[in-house]
Amino acid sequence: MGDPASVQEVSDAMYKLIKDSMGQKKWKATDLTKAVTEMFGEKCDKNMAKSAIRELIESGKCVYTYFGGSFIEIPHKEGAEN
Amino acid sequence: MPDKKRKTPKLDELEKGEWPSFVKEIKSAADKNAMANDLLGQLERSYEEKIGHWKHGGIVGVLGYGGGVIGRYSDLPEEFPNVSHFHTMRINQPAGWFYTSDVLRKLCDIWEKHGSGLTNMHGSTGDLVFLGTRTEELEPTFKELTDLGFDLGGSGSDVRTPSCCCGMARCEWACYDTMALTYFLTMHYQDELHRPAFPYKWKFKMSGCPNDCVAAIARSDMSIIGTWRDDIQVDEAAIAEYAKAGMDIQKDVVANCPARCMEWDGKKLKIDNKACVKCMHCINAMPKALAPGKDRGACILIGAKAPIVEGALLSSVLIPFIKLEPPYTELIELVGKIHEVWSENGKNRERVGEFIQRVGMGNFLEAIGVEPTPEMVAHPRENPYVFYEEYFEEDSEDKS
Repeated sequence: MGDPASVQEVSDAMYKLIKDSMGQKKWKATDLTKAVTEMFGEKCDKNMAKSAIRELIESGKCVYTYFGGSFIEIPHKEGAEN
Repeated sequence: MPDKKRKTPKLDELEKGEWPSFVKEIKSAADKNAMANDLLGQLERSYEEKIGHWKHGGIVGVLGYGGGVIGRYSDLPEEFPNVSHFHTMRINQPAGWFYTSDVLRKLCDIWEKHGSGLTNMHGSTGDLVFLGTRTEELEPTFKELTDLGFDLGGSGSDVRTPSCCCGMARCEWACYDTMALTYFLTMHYQDELHRPAFPYKWKFKMSGCPNDCVAAIARSDMSIIGTWRDDIQVDEAAIAEYAKAGMDIQKDVVANCPARCMEWDGKKLKIDNKACVKCMHCINAMPKALAPGKDRGACILIGAKAPIVEGALLSSVLIPFIKLEPPYTELIELVGKIHEVWSENGKNRERVGEFIQRVGMGNFLEAIGVEPTPEMVAHPRENPYVFYEEYFEEDSEDKS
């Protein structure tokens, strides 16, 4: 097993997943966690994924949204506000 | 100040009568708050047209949090500009809903400054609910709330604000300290409360005794309801007093016992405690004579929900009896296992009760490492959850 991934690396990978599938798929925290633990293997555990999500949100790169359930998305204009 | 008073003939009807009226309260707020005034106008319009005029937002919140703000917008913003944004804020209530009058005044001052001045005390989640503000007022309101020592509550797919009855603070029947556990869970699950990480919402509700004053059994994914495992405490002299005062103990107490575990011969009340189902009826009927036993703790039930995505569920027994005292290690380990299994395998918007129905109670228990017990059987001969392998083995032998 190599060195564990950094929170920033995992966070960047999550951001790319979200950005690349914008408009096609909404990501829940659990989906992102599953995706990055698969992607990074032993280098990323659930706690690391949790920290990466926190980094994504607190940096302002992503926001939590609610459309039935809670999702993590790139900030966009609120549709209902129109 | 509002530009003009709105005419509200339909809403005016709801001010008539002796009961408190929400219209009266909104009108009172509307005298000095333009938002409340436009709310009256939009609501009157809804009564005329028999249709709601709200749209659900999904993005607004405060930085770093994924819960606590529920976005609302008017679909008539040009007619009612002051409610074009009308977001709700959920404020994490103190355990048991205890406030000083001073802090309530300060909370109301914050809300009059930043929002409509209208509140729900309290919402069905348990939170103190601030009704109606604009997006740009969310952060300033949050700042003032945190300065006062308050925080936002839960919303979305997170741990919702834990809530409880007033427990040992005001009630003689509390079998464990509901308020201490509620405070503990609120602090322990701060991350899960503010950062939605589950398939759907997760509610803890704590009731101190089987009277279940917070209706935990009907409303929470994990209902923690106080109970006891020794004998009901009996004061025979006090029973005699009830009889002497005219109470028909046979009709009003014994005949109403769902377990039929009591007998009354006109002088002495005999209780078969092994058959007692802890319904509290006899204790409620004769509170001066009967009390819960001394070996007290709680029963943990799982899976209740209101009918939102699918039908309503009542929670069912998971752990028949547990002593609930700090540091609550056993409880936290159990919840951790449930969250892990549910997060890993639950579908989007699937509450844990629905998840259990889908995968089967037997599989769920195996996954969280809890042995099945007879108390988990909701109704004799119709429990769909637990299948004993020995039963199938015997069955296949019979057929062969």
